[in-house]
Amino acid sequence: MPAFLEVQNLVKSFGTNTVVKGVNFAFAKGEFISLLGPSGCGKTTILRMIAGFERPTSGTIRVDGEDITHLKPNQRQLGMVFQAYALFPNMTVGENIAFGLKVAGMPAEQRRARVDEMLKLIGLLGFDKRYPYEMSGGQQQRVALARAIAPKPRLLLLDEPLSALDAKIRVSLREEIRAIQRDLGITTVFVTHDQEEAMSISDRIVVMNSGNIEQLGAAHDIYNRPATRFVATFVGQLNTLPAGVLAGTPGERAIRPELISLAPRPETDLTLTGTIADLHFLGSVQRLRVDIGGTLVNIDTFNNQTSPLQRGDTVTLHLAQKDLLTLGA
Amino acid sequence: MKAQKFWPWLIVTLGAAYFLIPLLATFIFSLRMRRNEYTFDAYVSVFSDPKFYATFGYSLSVGVFTIIVGIFVVVPAVYFVRLRMPWLRPFMEFVTLLPLVIPALVLVYGYVRLYGSSSLIPFTGSILGTDILLTCAYVMLAMPYMYRAVDNGMRTIDIGTLTEAAQIMGASQVQIIGNIILPNILVAILSGAFLTFAIVIGEFTIASLLNRPAFGPYLVGIGTNRAYEPAALAIISFIITWGAMGMINVLGRFAPRTSARTD
Ligand SMILES: Nc1ncnc2c1ncn2[C@@H]1O[C@H](COP(=O)(O)OP(=O)(O)OP(=O)(O)O)[C@@H](O)[C@H]1O
Ligand SMILES: [Mg+2]
Repeated sequence: MPAFLEVQNLVKSFGTNTVVKGVNFAFAKGEFISLLGPSGCGKTTILRMIAGFERPTSGTIRVDGEDITHLKPNQRQLGMVFQAYALFPNMTVGENIAFGLKVAGMPAEQRRARVDEMLKLIGLLGFDKRYPYEMSGGQQQRVALARAIAPKPRLLLLDEPLSALDAKIRVSLREEIRAIQRDLGITTVFVTHDQEEAMSISDRIVVMNSGNIEQLGAAHDIYNRPATRFVATFVGQLNTLPAGVLAGTPGERAIRPELISLAPRPETDLTLTGTIADLHFLGSVQRLRVDIGGTLVNIDTFNNQTSPLQRGDTVTLHLAQKDLLTLGA
Repeated sequence: MKAQKFWPWLIVTLGAAYFLIPLLATFIFSLRMRRNEYTFDAYVSVFSDPKFYATFGYSLSVGVFTIIVGIFVVVPAVYFVRLRMPWLRPFMEFVTLLPLVIPALVLVYGYVRLYGSSSLIPFTGSILGTDILLTCAYVMLAMPYMYRAVDNGMRTIDIGTLTEAAQIMGASQVQIIGNIILPNILVAILSGAFLTFAIVIGEFTIASLLNRPAFGPYLVGIGTNRAYEPAALAIISFIITWGAMGMINVLGRFAPRTSARTD
């Protein structure tokens, strides 16, 4: 498939501070992409350059084959959802959603039909006469989403749209966003610093660190085959086993907590012995911290123990050679 | 009454007395035109003077133009400074305070020199030109109030994000200011407009030196020639002022609420 959104050698400096250091990616039409990385790594800056709010120091941005690098934001035909909703406080929900259609010159009759269609899509039919201040944060953000997609933009850009919401709404709204995105087949770039959020809804994830792409791939690739030490430690939990902990493996290795078990499995071919230093009961999962000669290792096990474990118990850990990660630079 | 409530009450009472007693005295005096009798004769006299309507009407229309020009100058200026050149703000603060520091007399002599009938741009050569000059002078006089009112209005909304949200949907700069910024700072603009109006209605120096038939010079003229009418006029001015304030309050209730919920 030809690239629909293509970014080449994108660089952005503020004064002498280069915050985006030559980023390249290409995505197909309809993909849901997340830009994931710690605070200050340049995610928002990249999104704002795609939107046209920041001028790249160098590099090109193409949408559907068209070079948009130097277009003004209002010429790009993109949609964006902001962290702080940014609904127009002087307009009703209906007027907010219709705004993009109005400036595009759509006749009132069609506008009304499109607004209703959008309200139905976000499950807020009948709310068109309300003002933003009369709605909850989650409702406002759904309206902001409807407002962004009503003019049928070529790309949908979302900058941490869920981070102002409480945990429960965050999860339900992200699924809603994903469902709507899939429905409309709209190419979407989603910025987040929450790795769980990125992994749960993205087709592909761009993991960034201080202005560079560390890895680009589907969630399972990034989790199971992290390309760099940064990705391995930033995405998910990880145990590092210094050289010497595992007999017969020179150098440092790492392993995910859920790949260590207390009982042997067909594929396990290594064992470690230690004592339980700490244990946390998390409902369906039990997290153990095991002390192996001074190295602490986290283990997640399902909560199906017949005899409860205790602190100070000696346990044998079973793991498989093939699950071990070698961390690069 | 508890002790800690006594002092606040005393201060409020003293403050109220400070404002209300002279007003009351003025009002009573304005009713004393006829000997040993309280009548509204002074008011009748004021309202039967055609010059009252002529000068008030003149000042009213100059005031309206001043407000319109002021809005057109101040709103885009504040908007762009806040949005794109925030480092210019201290300079703007300073410049917009100048009209308070420079006496109107200095201002008007400067104007006459620059735009006098023998200058390159002879604004004072015609009546229309002089009216335009007067309006411009009033825009400047009202600038400190208009600037601060509009600046405060824009502080309460996130103009940066609202502008970007509108831009990405295809809106032009004019559409953004007209459809989003202006409606959201309407109350602030109204209070600026009201202050402008109050300044224009009472202004004497510039109007009289440019020799225009404004309400200020009329008030001063009455004040020097009559005894009771000035008091009646003062009360009328107060009522107009309060009326305008009431209007701002009423209109403010229709203003959009800008506080966004985040739950
Ligand atoms: N207008 C600006 N002027 C100067 N520096 C800026 C500007 N905008 C961003 N930066 C800097 O660029 C870097 C990247 O910022 P950016 O907002 O892209 O980070 P982010 O990845 O979105 O982080 P967060 O998760 O905290 O939102 C930061 O160090 C920030 O201080
Ligand atoms: Mg950001």
